[in-house]
Amino acid sequence: MGSRIRIIGLRATALHGGAALAALAQPRAPLSPTNIFAPVSTPSQWIIELSRLVLMVTGAIFIVVFTLLAYAVVKFRKRRASDVREPAQVYGSTQLELAWTVIPILIVVVLFLATARVIADIQGAVRPSNAIEVTVIGHQFWWEYRYPSLKVVTANELHIPVSDPTHPTPTFLTLLSADTDHSFWVPRLAGKTDLIPNHPNLMWVDPHETGLYLGQCAQYCGTQHAMMLLRVYVQTRDEFNRWIQQQSRPAQFNGAVSEGQRIFERTACINCHAVAGTAANGTFGPDLTHLMSRDTIASGAVTNTPENLRRWIQDPGVIKPGCKMPAMGLSGPEVNALTQFLETLH
Amino acid sequence: MAAESIALPPSDASPPPLVERLHQWVTTVDHKRLGIMYIIYALIFLIVGGVEATIMRIQLIRPHNDFVSPQVFNRMFTMHGTTMIFFVAMPILFGFANYLIPLMIGARDMAFPRLNAFSFWMTAFGGLLLYFSFLGGDGLYGAGNAPDVGWFAYAPLTAQTFSRGHSTDFWILSLLVSGVGSIGVAINIVATVLCMRCRGMTLGKMPLLPWLNLVMAGLVILAVSPLTAAQLMLLVDRYLGGHFFDTQAGGSAVMWMHFFWVFGHPEVYILVLPAFAFASEIIPVFSRKAIFGYPIMVAATIAIGFISMSVWAHHMFTVGMSAPGNTFFVLTTMAIAVPTGIKIFNWLATMWGGQIHFRTPMLFCIAFLFQFLIAGLTGIMLGSAPFDWHLGNSYFVIAHFHYVIVGGILFTLFGAFYYWFPKMSGRMYNETLGKLHFWLFFIGFHLTFDFMHVPGLLGMPRRIYTYEPGRGWDIWNLIVTIGVFFQAAGVLVFIGNLLWSLRRGPVSGSDPWDAWTLEWSTTSPPPAYNFASLPQVRSRRPLWDLKHPDDPDWQYE
Repeated sequence: MGSRIRIIGLRATALHGGAALAALAQPRAPLSPTNIFAPVSTPSQWIIELSRLVLMVTGAIFIVVFTLLAYAVVKFRKRRASDVREPAQVYGSTQLELAWTVIPILIVVVLFLATARVIADIQGAVRPSNAIEVTVIGHQFWWEYRYPSLKVVTANELHIPVSDPTHPTPTFLTLLSADTDHSFWVPRLAGKTDLIPNHPNLMWVDPHETGLYLGQCAQYCGTQHAMMLLRVYVQTRDEFNRWIQQQSRPAQFNGAVSEGQRIFERTACINCHAVAGTAANGTFGPDLTHLMSRDTIASGAVTNTPENLRRWIQDPGVIKPGCKMPAMGLSGPEVNALTQFLETLH
Repeated sequence: MAAESIALPPSDASPPPLVERLHQWVTTVDHKRLGIMYIIYALIFLIVGGVEATIMRIQLIRPHNDFVSPQVFNRMFTMHGTTMIFFVAMPILFGFANYLIPLMIGARDMAFPRLNAFSFWMTAFGGLLLYFSFLGGDGLYGAGNAPDVGWFAYAPLTAQTFSRGHSTDFWILSLLVSGVGSIGVAINIVATVLCMRCRGMTLGKMPLLPWLNLVMAGLVILAVSPLTAAQLMLLVDRYLGGHFFDTQAGGSAVMWMHFFWVFGHPEVYILVLPAFAFASEIIPVFSRKAIFGYPIMVAATIAIGFISMSVWAHHMFTVGMSAPGNTFFVLTTMAIAVPTGIKIFNWLATMWGGQIHFRTPMLFCIAFLFQFLIAGLTGIMLGSAPFDWHLGNSYFVIAHFHYVIVGGILFTLFGAFYYWFPKMSGRMYNETLGKLHFWLFFIGFHLTFDFMHVPGLLGMPRRIYTYEPGRGWDIWNLIVTIGVFFQAAGVLVFIGNLLWSLRRGPVSGSDPWDAWTLEWSTTSPPPAYNFASLPQVRSRRPLWDLKHPDDPDWQYE
């Protein structure tokens, strides 16, 4: 009886362990939402396939050389203090030296060819006619997204459609910078590519699963480089189309918040921000036309709640010290009215 | 052979007063004193740079920590990187080169003693200029009191638009000034090694340390010059309305990257070749065997020197180079693994069949072999460009290059300290404290830099002053920070050991390790003239020949 219970227990443990392993291997529950080993898009998948080869080869080299080193350290240690004889002096061996020159050269050739092929595949990918095109513009310290053919401008939260591997609809990103260098890195979608002023770059992703994918700026760009977070929403084609439709509408207004709108248009807000359908057409800061359709503000630094929005307007430096948006020195009631106005921008 | 110094009549005069001794040090042109000054100078900056690293690690111990502000954090990583490369690693290696090369090639001094002193003071004032930015960098608009542009200072962050005030100017000028010093040292080393060798020491009979430093000096001349040029161009941009790197006026940010890395990658080999040099002297002596494959070791060094000039853009795989461009730099980067691998195998073969004495210098060199192996392998991963599109600029690359610079270079440097300390001071260090230092530092190093690879694989970029919870990075950052305290404890033991041994260490005699190169044939510390009569050699191990007249090396070489 006892042994039977133990066997069941063992099996349960094994199942449990198996489930834990499966959870680790499952891309939906990775160790980290930014784990490079949980790819969901072709460029990342190709990179990880290449990395397996590289890791295997380097791992094998490590085991061989480490074993030799450990063996030498143990085997050839000085055993007796009294032993003063010098060991046999060996000055070299042409055969051995030739061996550990030629074998590494062969390994390098293999790794080089495998790498060159993946570079050519990723960088040489042809853009299909149905690809989504997005222009990504890096700013200190936020992301601007423009969909030139769809007439949509948004900030900080990129929406793209899922790509069915049988009928791929990849997204091609043109990377620009308005100021300093930045880098676009969403590890589960693709490797990073820099955004450099005067130097347009191109990258592509074709996510195979819907979901929210995180990342952040990966090239130091100034004080708030750390809070220049990336959020990519991969949606079904229908959801994506609905989002595009909603984003292409001008802002909706409500007479009850005209006080807030007046403050918005009167204060320096409009020098930097745009709200379609109002006098505000600044381009230095994020477009706010559909601010409330976003989950976060301040480039992902905090969630988009009325309280956070209020704190942000009152003094952006509290949430993101060193960011470019100034505190406008508004009174409490003014901040409330302004917040109420912004909350109507769905 | 010059096994004895000239006997001077005993003097009972008391040592000269402090001011006079200081004056002697400040005005010296003696390569040994300058070498020691380089080393002490670098040790002071090592502590400063270490404190900066510790501040960063405390800030990153948990997500959303507010130990320091983002502005301070950004200054810390800029100053840490700049300090450790330009004012710790380079001067300390120049110091050892200065001290050891004339002694190992049987010369009385460097070729240009006055240039030598000039170079030291340029480097010294360069470092002071960098740190003066804390006081003088405030400039206009209260724009910060130390540079915060990162140690590779990518354009256009260094343009007036983004970097107001003078903090960046201090960074530019300090590198400009110390760069002149570095080039002076390099010219001196090349001239010394080529022209000052004692009778009988052909290039083929020269010990490996001068050989590796010769190649290093060649790289300094080739690599530091473009950096110096780029600093001048940046100054022109900032103050004379130039547009080299000013992207808002059509300049090129990518050109700065090329200028910086065409210096920056050879720089890695400028630092690591002297480290290889230490290993190539210490491993044979503590294995009691001649270096295995001397000719191929020299050939591999020269190969590394050449190939290292063609790999720089592997720092730029993510900047959008063309596919053929990326492919070329993958090839050169992987190719450099071959001569480096040869060196590792030859050191192993030197130990093979030997009698390994586990004294402190050897412990550091064995750890170096193990760690440099790993650093090389992660380097191959980073050299595979697509993999680098993930790993570049992440914490993985930070872990990788600290494995090179700490695990490789600093470990052999500590080994070199213990190995040549008796020669420089005339006294033996404390072996127990030396081993305690080794184990504390070894444990701390592995806690910090082994675990630092992981957050990089999990998507953590470098140079962020804080991070979001829920990314799976927290525990790794905690372990990394804990390791820092072990390393700090190790360094404290090291400094304590140095200070104690300087006063109380037992007298070491001229040849405490039963070693084979010329520096051990003169007294410890050596007299100002190094050798009573200039030595004459017949092989790479002149002292072996002397100690084993029945079985001298020159019969086999």
